[in-house]
Amino acid sequence: MAVVIRVEKVSKQYRLGTISRRMLYRDVQSGFARLMGRPDPHEKIVEGAANGSVPGENPDYLWALRDVCFDVHQGDVIGIIGRNGSGKSTLLKILSRITAPTEGRVFLKGRVACLLEVGTGFHPELTGRDNIYLNGSILGMTRTEITRKFDEIVDFSGVEKFIDTPVKRYSSGMTVRLAFAVAANLEPEILIIDEVLAVGDVEFQKKCLGKMNTVAREGRTILFVSHQSAAVENLCKRGIVLKNGSVQFDGTQTGAIAHYVNETTGHRGCLRDRRDRKGNGQVRVTEIEFRDRSGRTITTARSGDDIDVCLHFESQAPTARPDLSVGISIKTYLDAPVFLQNNTLAGERFAEFLPESGTFICRLGRLPLPSASFRIGFYILSRSHKGEYLDAMENAVELHVQGGDFFGNGLSPGITDGVALVEAGWRLEATEPPAEMAADRQHAPTSPQAT
Amino acid sequence: MTEDATSPAALAEEPIQWTEIITPHLGWFDLRLREIWQYRDLVWQFFRRDFVSSYRQTVLGPLWFVLPPLFTTVVMAIIFGRVAKVSTDGVPHLLFFLLGVTAWNYFASCLTRTAGTFTGNAGLFGKVYFPRLTVPVSVVLNNLATFGIQFAIFLVIFLYQWSAGAPVEPNWRIVLVPLLLVQMGALGLGLGCLVSALTTRYRDFGMLVGFGVQLWMYVSCVVFPLSSIAPNLRWVFILNPMVPIIESFRFAFFGKGVIEIWQLALSFGMSGVFLFIGLLLFHHVERTFTDTV
Repeated sequence: MAVVIRVEKVSKQYRLGTISRRMLYRDVQSGFARLMGRPDPHEKIVEGAANGSVPGENPDYLWALRDVCFDVHQGDVIGIIGRNGSGKSTLLKILSRITAPTEGRVFLKGRVACLLEVGTGFHPELTGRDNIYLNGSILGMTRTEITRKFDEIVDFSGVEKFIDTPVKRYSSGMTVRLAFAVAANLEPEILIIDEVLAVGDVEFQKKCLGKMNTVAREGRTILFVSHQSAAVENLCKRGIVLKNGSVQFDGTQTGAIAHYVNETTGHRGCLRDRRDRKGNGQVRVTEIEFRDRSGRTITTARSGDDIDVCLHFESQAPTARPDLSVGISIKTYLDAPVFLQNNTLAGERFAEFLPESGTFICRLGRLPLPSASFRIGFYILSRSHKGEYLDAMENAVELHVQGGDFFGNGLSPGITDGVALVEAGWRLEATEPPAEMAADRQHAPTSPQAT
Repeated sequence: MTEDATSPAALAEEPIQWTEIITPHLGWFDLRLREIWQYRDLVWQFFRRDFVSSYRQTVLGPLWFVLPPLFTTVVMAIIFGRVAKVSTDGVPHLLFFLLGVTAWNYFASCLTRTAGTFTGNAGLFGKVYFPRLTVPVSVVLNNLATFGIQFAIFLVIFLYQWSAGAPVEPNWRIVLVPLLLVQMGALGLGLGCLVSALTTRYRDFGMLVGFGVQLWMYVSCVVFPLSSIAPNLRWVFILNPMVPIIESFRFAFFGKGVIEIWQLALSFGMSGVFLFIGLLLFHHVERTFTDTV
């Protein structure tokens, strides 16, 4: 497959702080020095290509990207994963030519369309029709192209009735649908997508995913910035993990997720320094670990397998007979709760003295979650102290579910069909027809089943 | 599957026909004006958007295109014509001020509206790429259309007064009018681009434009003719590129004034220089302005 994007040692530096009089003074100083052929007194001195505010490096500057290299082949569907501030968005901005790199080069082959946010450039006073033309032109389509695609766009958006109504009268959902419809029908060779799927209702999201699947199958190239939206993850074949502005991993999507999870949750004590917790701190959960049946630590769980969620804790002042309630909550990436489980529901009581350190283990039997990423939160509260929290954290860690065989027949519905998997049985029962209808049916020339 | 793609060996493949190479810096003179042409549909869409949406949901609608210059003219005719008794070379006050105001408004609007290109469109520019110059170009075209409407009003009044025997002598210099329009557009665009580029760093320039344009009007022979200036001081006014333009407009329609062709040529050259500098700076800034705005 031909290479369509080549990113060659791309770096991007940002200047921190505000632009002020002092800045003007320094600009003038630098400019004057250059004019006189003297070295710039504000030239940064970079020793070693470390990232961020490493001591010795000019603290006024930040490398958002550092020597990023990768190739993208035609037809690749790539997810770019990374934590906030890892440089994902900067990379996309460079690829889509919104900003130029500080160093390095990017080679592109074919038209690039970038969906950083749908509906950019919509004008509220104009009608839907006018906005299709306006938005299409902004995204780089010619007038004739838009006219050719017009019906398809309107059809996809589902707003045909309001196409001659000013967009300011649209509901937000309609605006988004119209905007996405324009973008989806762009037919670029390379499509760059960021935070698009977080909008619209579920049905529309599904439609979008379907469209992207089609686009990908047509041999066009798609780059996603994955915000761990599970649906997107399933679409990607290849994943790139960014950390502090450099490529940490480049390989299969599953591998990338595993790497990312390891990176974020794989080491001990990772919850120890977290501040987004509540509770009086008598007990602190220091780590959440997932184990499979055989007790091995896992980074990705499989649907339908038993897994143990282990809350490793430290207890500072062992309270007498605490009567604890310990629970975990599972949410999707759109923050919709999937389920909650605690020791009371499971019929366990933790009423003995707490050791100084230990582990609460929750066995989730036949994990009823489809392939996706989920957010795990936990809480520990003392029921004997009016339900006071000892420790609690929402979105403590991520649980990645990948593969597995919940139903035992190889079928696996995606997260778009539902956030949980439920065991069920199906059977067929015939309804006994009333007596006279049964008599009618006997005279009918053909039975209903035959038609 | 492509883990080895970044290895040096892969980089040494046969050359590929790239359609776009993104580099940290472009040459100062690599203006990529052809790209503007490729995006001409977008220029048209911006033009249409601004034109269609400007007076939506107003009662008077398109009348707003012509009311402001008419009111301004009336006020000027009273203050400068009647109260201050400024000379108009014998031209009827209404015509004298209306022509000046219409022409000046076109230029001023080109300048002030293109000056806000980067700050006013930061949201859009930060989300999607297209040649940024399409925005100021469409603004200039938009102003040209507005000027056309306002100028038509002037022509109606002018023809009426002329046929009624007003002391005006339209002459051959009327053929220069299209040139004057191009020149004002170029000057407004050039200065606007210049200011918008500087504003990305220092907002002070944005503030400056607001009242600077107003002050500029008073030294641009809009409210008085050049002939009312002492002859030994006129050269100072000639250095202001807008003075020969406004004066040429008046000379073409009224046949009065002291402007000469070489002075217009000088102004034309200055407009060209400003346009060039403006485009250079605009282009230099457009690639990274999202980092500083």
